[in-house]
Amino acid sequence: MNSNYEAVIGLEVHAQLLTKSKIFCSCSTEFGSLPNTNVCPICLGHPGVLPVLNLHALEFIIRMGLATGCSVNTQSIFARKNYFYPDLPKGYQISQFEKPVCENGYIEIEENKNIRIKRIHLEEDAGKLIHEHGNVSLVDVNRCGVPLIEIVSEPDIHSSKDAVTYLTKLRQILIYLGICDGNMEEGSLRCDANISVRQKGEVALGTRTEVKNMNSFKNVEAAIKHEINRQIGIIEEGNKVVQETLLWNAELNESISMRGKEQAHDYRYFPEPDLEPMIISDEWKQQIKSTIPELPDEKKKRFCSEYKLPKYDAEILTSSRELANYYEKVVQVTQNYKAASNWIMSDVLKIINERKIAINEFSISAENLGRLINLITGNKINGKIAKKVFELMLLENKTPEDIVQEKKLLQITDTCAIENIVEDIIQKSPEQVEDYLAGKEKIIGYFVGKVMAVTKGKANPQIVNEILIKKLNKKRHI
Amino acid sequence: MSVTIKDVEYIAKLARLKFEEDEKEKLCKEMNQILEYMAKLNELDTENIEPLSHPIELNNVFREDEIKQSVSTEEALKNAPDKDAQFFRVPKIINVE
Repeated sequence: MNSNYEAVIGLEVHAQLLTKSKIFCSCSTEFGSLPNTNVCPICLGHPGVLPVLNLHALEFIIRMGLATGCSVNTQSIFARKNYFYPDLPKGYQISQFEKPVCENGYIEIEENKNIRIKRIHLEEDAGKLIHEHGNVSLVDVNRCGVPLIEIVSEPDIHSSKDAVTYLTKLRQILIYLGICDGNMEEGSLRCDANISVRQKGEVALGTRTEVKNMNSFKNVEAAIKHEINRQIGIIEEGNKVVQETLLWNAELNESISMRGKEQAHDYRYFPEPDLEPMIISDEWKQQIKSTIPELPDEKKKRFCSEYKLPKYDAEILTSSRELANYYEKVVQVTQNYKAASNWIMSDVLKIINERKIAINEFSISAENLGRLINLITGNKINGKIAKKVFELMLLENKTPEDIVQEKKLLQITDTCAIENIVEDIIQKSPEQVEDYLAGKEKIIGYFVGKVMAVTKGKANPQIVNEILIKKLNKKRHI
Repeated sequence: MSVTIKDVEYIAKLARLKFEEDEKEKLCKEMNQILEYMAKLNELDTENIEPLSHPIELNNVFREDEIKQSVSTEEALKNAPDKDAQFFRVPKIINVE
């Protein structure tokens, strides 16, 4: 990005709520059902029907508002947003305009760096259009009336990187709260960006464009970066940015204009007469607040102080509630907090990512991983053997103690036995001994390797080292 | 406040309706009459009165989050002017230029 310019970005995020039924009728919200099977006169927009609000949807948005420091309005109403498009059978979308459920919150994306949330409101999703060849589109109404919350940020974001961090945090909170599955590919989390650029130091905002259709974190970053550079390019050439909506095309790595300003929509919002106002009392807010679990930021801070973990470790371990739970189960068994973190971050996550499974599906129980770590801490096995035991635990559901016993992997800490082996190897390697005495101290690795080969890796490496150095140095004085 | 022919054309466009010139003039006259009639309300002093969004004093009407039987696809599509076995069929509308 040209350093004379500053980007100003606001994000609108739509999150699909994890309710069983739709927002205003009792049809299922299941993803991937056959077309037009989860429909009824209400979501089909038949005349004379009466929508009734799903209580869970309202409780979920209040939860999100409270988790992001919003004030939850005591009184809130729905509004009709009028427009004609075939994915919307009624000719209007039930949404909120004045008096949304939540206003004025924030998300901390870094220490002392907040992105303010302007509002969070409830609305219904539209249907799905499939554009056929020729002059025909097919309409599937299943998604019509699926509950969404729209989270609108203030234009506090100034880079594509911060946009992604904000979105990541938002997604984490939604998943922690159990109100959205956060799946961007399936569309349960969608993000639109309003972007403008201005000369550094300028107060007035530049003309903004809206970028849509960024269905992954990678696309959000690429699309925003591309749009910032495109706008700077236009201004540098002495032209003006046109206010328009752009569709991101990830394959071509470019954006396509959707509709110009001259076709700007006139939604004619007005209060929805079919749905009564929502009154949210302080008692109700308190009651919902008590159901909010420990959130990622709090958990991260607690992991740092309680388990003395570096920030980096805490960040990764609290990236999901399930992973954090797994860690906490491991450290119920072992006091070696950092070792537990290391094993999870390297060995466990490696397997999980390779197999594309969730931590809940991982075959080694937290308890057995804790026991394995205790075997190392207690000098029963060394680190290398532990990796081997870990591999075996992946294959069958046995305790590490059983595996160590079965495979005779117990560490050799018997100094006498190790001394004899070392003596024997030194006898057989006069050349290497000379090298060592001549100052090539790195050759010690050769001896360690030999000892490990003879003991099948079971010798305690510290003891081996000590004995080797002692014996080799003795040769020096002869 | 009075409605002009331009306003009628704009509202017609938003509602996807098409009118002949004489119809536009008639609508224009009628709309102005309605607004004049409603303007009577301006005689009332509403200075300290909260805007009313809902005339019935009822709030917090909710339903439990339960799935109930939906109508069949066949029934849902029954009244559609154009359809196939599973979908409504509509003229293609794409906004991309």
